[in-house]
Amino acid sequence: MDALATYALRLGDDSLILGQRLGEWCGHAPALEVDLSLANVALDQIGQATHFLNLAGALEGEGRDGDKLAFHRDVMDFTNCVLVEQPNGDFAQTIARLFLFAHYQELLFTALTASKDTQLAAIAAKAVKETAYHATLASDWVVRLGDGTEESRARMIAGLDWMWRFVDELFVTDEVDAAALKAGVGVDKAALRAAWDQRVDAVLAEATLPRPAARRPVLGGRSGRHSEHLGHLLSEMQFLQRAYPGATW
Amino acid sequence: MYTTDLSGKVKGKAETAVAEDPALVAAFEARVANDEFIEPKDWMPEAYRKTLVRQMSQHAHSEIVGMLPEGNWITRAPNLRRKAILLAKVQDEAGHGLYLYSAAETLGTSRDEMTEALLSGKAKYSTIFNYPTLTWADIGAIGWLVDGAAIMNQVPLQRTSYGPYARAMVRICKEESFHQRQGYEIMMHLAAGTEAQRRMAQDALNRWWWPSLMMFGPPDDKSPNTEQSMRWRIKRDTNDELRQKFVDITVPQAEAIGLTVPDPALKWNEERGAYDFGEVDWEEFYAVVKGEGPVAKERMQARMKAWENGAWVRDAARVHAEKRAAAKLAAE
Repeated sequence: MDALATYALRLGDDSLILGQRLGEWCGHAPALEVDLSLANVALDQIGQATHFLNLAGALEGEGRDGDKLAFHRDVMDFTNCVLVEQPNGDFAQTIARLFLFAHYQELLFTALTASKDTQLAAIAAKAVKETAYHATLASDWVVRLGDGTEESRARMIAGLDWMWRFVDELFVTDEVDAAALKAGVGVDKAALRAAWDQRVDAVLAEATLPRPAARRPVLGGRSGRHSEHLGHLLSEMQFLQRAYPGATW
Repeated sequence: MYTTDLSGKVKGKAETAVAEDPALVAAFEARVANDEFIEPKDWMPEAYRKTLVRQMSQHAHSEIVGMLPEGNWITRAPNLRRKAILLAKVQDEAGHGLYLYSAAETLGTSRDEMTEALLSGKAKYSTIFNYPTLTWADIGAIGWLVDGAAIMNQVPLQRTSYGPYARAMVRICKEESFHQRQGYEIMMHLAAGTEAQRRMAQDALNRWWWPSLMMFGPPDDKSPNTEQSMRWRIKRDTNDELRQKFVDITVPQAEAIGLTVPDPALKWNEERGAYDFGEVDWEEFYAVVKGEGPVAKERMQARMKAWENGAWVRDAARVHAEKRAAAKLAAE
């Protein structure tokens, strides 16, 4: 895959893996309204993944579509950030992951709407509205849980603590990002960091939560170096395609 | 999804006969007979209120428990399109639960009270969800048969006498109709697929056919609440009428995609212009109603776990809202 196809692939993988994780909640959420909202976010993410992965396949030009990419790659070929594959944990951990990621994704998609690649720009234009809702939803819950009961506060702190080491990876620029940026197609991710920090800090302040201390980042997702969790996620997600090779559904 | 009334006979009439003003009762009966909608603030007999709360909450619980067998396949849906459709569908069911709980709340019972009744085993939900989803074809079979049966039950409910219930049903029916078609489309695809997929589809039909027929409830001669519910226009057709309608519509659909309905007694009856079909295993039906379905324990355990594990979240939301309200008050 060339840089542009890989660029689209990464966007698709982020959405796919987050959507898959959120789908695990369906029917098990703390309240009916939460079931609805988490399923809604999952659905948006799966929709985005479908667009980005189909685009990645088309750019690659080897006959792979979104399904082929989603269901027939192994861990080392997945390019999502390590953050999105983290287990749901309790509701606070799920919200921490969505909160950190959705603000990044909203900033990213906003910038991506100016991409010279019209397809990427079009997908981003649709997705950014969805992501804005995800960021608001997650922020509202961070505030409720942070400034709720003692227990919810402790759980929210623990959730953020679990996820925080995966944040830096979101803003890393490697050769794929550099090539996409140079071509006027990609986004300067490092430049999104200041705005992200500002948004996240504002919500944490409202939630009366401390900002987690800086720590050694865990990187590697973009080049296929993942946590142990991803393999299990894939084995579940890809089961039917693997068990019935050649069948269509 | 909807289950027909599964509880015992309503005692309200006898209990309240003394307390209720005969003139009010007569006026109410006349309005209902005249196909008027009864609204939350209107006077209504206590037994009518009780029957409705029970039926609507049963219906709402069925939507919520019904999320589990299908939710079981969200993470394993075979491609992106199917995953998105299934997520949307299960989300619809959650939405149906929400409208129905809200509609039932207009009768003075809170959602928490209804949830407690479900978790304590006091309230029922559709027996169909106490059967497991073993393969992907079960997702097709549920949409096609279970939602298909639900539609048969629900379409008449759009004209049910209680206004909020009837209005909730209008929206629910539109969505269920989409669910039914997507389920049939899954089955169609499997039936036209590989040998293994055809086997999967037939197996799903074999397992879901009879439980789907049970969704219409006991036979008319053993349905204790039907007569009163029909008089009150809470119910518009009898269980057996709806069951027959379902069989007549569904059998040709199975034939069209080359699947066999697992009933050796099934035969077109020219004279009646309808299918004759075999006897439902009512012993199994009553056992499942009593909570002895194959995965009844798993379903209740999942709901219980979600409720208990979510308690701290609901507490936090409540406490946070109280803090906000207090701060707002202090600022005024």
